[in-house]
Amino acid sequence: MRITLKVWRQSGPAKAGTLVEYAADNVSADMSFLEMLDLVNEGLIARGEDPIAFDSDCREGICGACGFLIDGLPHGPVRGSTVCQLHMRSFSDGDTLVLEPWRAKAFPLVKDLVVDRSAFDRIIQAGGYTSINVGGARDANSILIGKDTVEQAMDSAACIACGACVAACKNASAALFTAAKITHLSLLPQGQVERYTRVVRMVDRHDDEGFGSCSNEGECEAVCPKEIPITNIARMNREYLKATLMRGR
Amino acid sequence: MTLDSRTPGGPLPGKWDRHRFESKLVNPANRRKFTVIIVGTGLAGASAASSLGELGYNVKSFCIHDSPRRAHSIAAQGGINAAKNYQNDGDSIQRLFHDTVKGGDYRSREANVYRLAQLSVNIIDQCVAQGVPFAREYGGLLDNRSFGGAQVSRTFYARGQTGQQLLLGAYQSMMRQVEKRSVSLFANREMLDLVVVSGQARGIICRNLITGEIERHAGHAVLLCTGGYGTAYYLSTNAVNSNVTAAWRAHKRGAFFANPCYTQIHPTCIPVSGTHQSKLTLMSESLRNDGRVWVPKKNGDKRPPQQIPEEDRDYYLERRYPSFGNLVPRDVASRNAKVVCDEGRGVGESGLAVYLDFGDAIKRLGEDVIRTRYGNLFDMYRKITDEDPYRSPMRIYPAIHYTMGGLWVDYNLMSTIAGLHVLGEANFSDHGANRLGASALMQGLADGYFVIPYTLANYLGGTAFPVVTTDHDAFRDASDTVQGRIDKLLNARGKETPRQLHRRLGQLLWDYVGMARNDAGLGKALAEISKLRDEFWQNVSVPGPANNLNKNLEYAGRVADYLEFAEVLTVDALHRTESCGGHFREESQTPDGEALRDDANFSYVAAWEFKGVTAKPELHKEPLDFEYVKPSQRSYK
Ligand SMILES: Cc1cc2nc3c(=O)[nH]c(=O)nc-3n(C[C@H](O)[C@H](O)[C@H](O)COP(=O)(O)OP(=O)(O)OC[C@H]3O[C@@H](n4cnc5c(N)ncnc54)[C@H](O)[C@@H]3O)c2cc1C
Ligand code: FES
Repeated sequence: MRITLKVWRQSGPAKAGTLVEYAADNVSADMSFLEMLDLVNEGLIARGEDPIAFDSDCREGICGACGFLIDGLPHGPVRGSTVCQLHMRSFSDGDTLVLEPWRAKAFPLVKDLVVDRSAFDRIIQAGGYTSINVGGARDANSILIGKDTVEQAMDSAACIACGACVAACKNASAALFTAAKITHLSLLPQGQVERYTRVVRMVDRHDDEGFGSCSNEGECEAVCPKEIPITNIARMNREYLKATLMRGR
Repeated sequence: MTLDSRTPGGPLPGKWDRHRFESKLVNPANRRKFTVIIVGTGLAGASAASSLGELGYNVKSFCIHDSPRRAHSIAAQGGINAAKNYQNDGDSIQRLFHDTVKGGDYRSREANVYRLAQLSVNIIDQCVAQGVPFAREYGGLLDNRSFGGAQVSRTFYARGQTGQQLLLGAYQSMMRQVEKRSVSLFANREMLDLVVVSGQARGIICRNLITGEIERHAGHAVLLCTGGYGTAYYLSTNAVNSNVTAAWRAHKRGAFFANPCYTQIHPTCIPVSGTHQSKLTLMSESLRNDGRVWVPKKNGDKRPPQQIPEEDRDYYLERRYPSFGNLVPRDVASRNAKVVCDEGRGVGESGLAVYLDFGDAIKRLGEDVIRTRYGNLFDMYRKITDEDPYRSPMRIYPAIHYTMGGLWVDYNLMSTIAGLHVLGEANFSDHGANRLGASALMQGLADGYFVIPYTLANYLGGTAFPVVTTDHDAFRDASDTVQGRIDKLLNARGKETPRQLHRRLGQLLWDYVGMARNDAGLGKALAEISKLRDEFWQNVSVPGPANNLNKNLEYAGRVADYLEFAEVLTVDALHRTESCGGHFREESQTPDGEALRDDANFSYVAAWEFKGVTAKPELHKEPLDFEYVKPSQRSYK
């Protein structure tokens, strides 16, 4: 098939950006979306032009490196999928698609479709862990955890930190990302000791990084490639409230 | 130079304890005076950064990704082994040790493997304490599954995302140290050279991938945790940015490369479907717990699988290996898939695939049970192939997956360059000629959490360090070398893309240095590789700026290194005329087609010394002595 792409090209954060049109010919339905972009880039490189910058690594939906907007939708039109897992069979011959980077104040643009998501690392750094040094752990089976509990924790721990939730949110909030880690750890016995300090530190860091606040629109849940539900955010808010009440006391 | 593995003396079970006792320590107040450079943030690098940060060293951590959490380890699916014997099914440290040495086809160092088996139990404790959500049974205890090459259930898992959860555990611990400022993070940096001063590794040169700046970093020791070289073959299950660059450039500075021909071909991957493909997708080995592998009995039987009755199916693994059945080790399963396809019994359009069938398991256990066990893998299969594995069997074929070879290290994980330590898949240490499933995650974390804190202290505490700053001549030389190579790439201005050239290299290696190797083919590959390398430098096209993000420039540099590395890979395969584990020489097989070792002549580690890009590398041998496991013809019958 033949696809027309309008791709956001911007050589750096301080430069002006614009949509540039490219034709992708000989696209096969079995290609992934990124393989289609590889094909376009191969043409550009052979002609000595600067290829379109986009990020990817695992190409199987787990590393979270890939992600951009296709016609305004983070990771494109298929639910529960990253853009590297999206196949061209989801599109039709003759389609025109607009590709743009995640747009959020806390994700400064690096180049073309690549943005700086290091704010996510700094949110984790604020408290997304258990403070256990290597060497002191007790026998793993001495901590009993119900199957349902661990499955629920795993649903939240599955977050890949791609940033789609931020890109979909009109307030550019990273509430779903932050809540997923808080939920994972607050459900498990290992996370109890730091449960209330963690939520405060992480939520405060989230705000300091320039992410907006959540107004419960639910767009994040709809675009999350790991289908992490918005109930995580409700839990985070409850945890935060409890923590501030306890602190007040 | 003689290779000294520095294996401690005394009986095997006590070696590590004794070594720890005899090792030097660094006083807590002095630790922050030592700068430790850690390159890579996969399981090996992140666990090393967190444990050394906790101890109080001044750690600098580097990775090519925008976040340390994206390292290739994140993609590991199936699980991690540990000799916990939680299932009461006869497991022990001794047995894990035994299985690993045998699985590696008697080409690994006994003392290393024993230590790995001992440490495996601590890893699970550490990970659970971090909050890794391993699968549980209803009573709340940890659940286990079986992996190939073992008859016990010792594999711990978190759905099909074990690597993700283990890496996030290590990453989070490391980020805790970043917050405490004992670890400084340098993301988006590619190490492009090692700086050696007076025989000691004292720093690295890297390129800032966002600004293009060439940076110098000095320290007292360098830890390479940069992963394997599977992407030399272009198509592999590895993440597309995986590379040999850091290891290769260290090799050019004097670190020996050990057993590069030991590459692992994983039996269960989604088959190749066309030339557009940028990578192959693994279907976890855990699927072989419940899936049955078969092909039609008759050549060219093109009926859809559902219409082929039981009596016309050949469950060839169950037939040939009744005691291990579908759970034979990877090298055995892969080779058998190749044999049946070569016989003309392969399935699918290309004829290069076999069935992995869950029909019986679904009948026995119900679709729901299968869904909870493998749901995400089935989804992944459906997304890629547009077929539903709950209804018809998966089609699978072997693909390059893991590399047992790597930089040579001694028992302390130190290479042939003082102070340069190598951890995780980047070293050659523990898996011999074939790695058992779920053992790479175990090794990476053992290296980082439990081995390096002791052996690095021993090195730092027992070494005199002259003052070296980044103004030293060695830094200038190395940084000039790096800049020179980048300029050369940018100035080639040819017509071929790095990807085209990489694909051709990959095809060459797959054809001649792949699942079956022979003298004539390897000789041909050597001639072709050097031609392709010349063509690369004459005709590669690397447009775009050097002073901002230029992924094609990064990629071109990695392909250029692969074109040099491919030669030592092939030379190693050519020199080892025996078959062992993942290295199958057609000239050396048993009457029923199994790998036939030649212990009299090849019971050694082959460590290669760099002598120049076009010169033949020099072979050094580390003899392998087996005191505790008697090497025998491996049998999984
Ligand atoms: C699909 C798949 C599934 C797997 N499943 C399992 C499993 O179930 N069980 C199991 O035990 N093993 C499994 N493995 C193997 C296992 O995942 C790897 O062997 C292991 O994760 C390697 O870890 P590592 O820390 O050595 O390196 P990696 O995780 O590869 O990390 C390499 C690091 O080095 C950095 N880096 C690389 N080059 C440079 C450079 N030049 N400069 C700076 N930084 C650099 C990268 O940014 C990265 O941080 C699987 C492998 C694959 C491909
Ligand atoms: S490339 Fe890893 S999630 Fe898409």
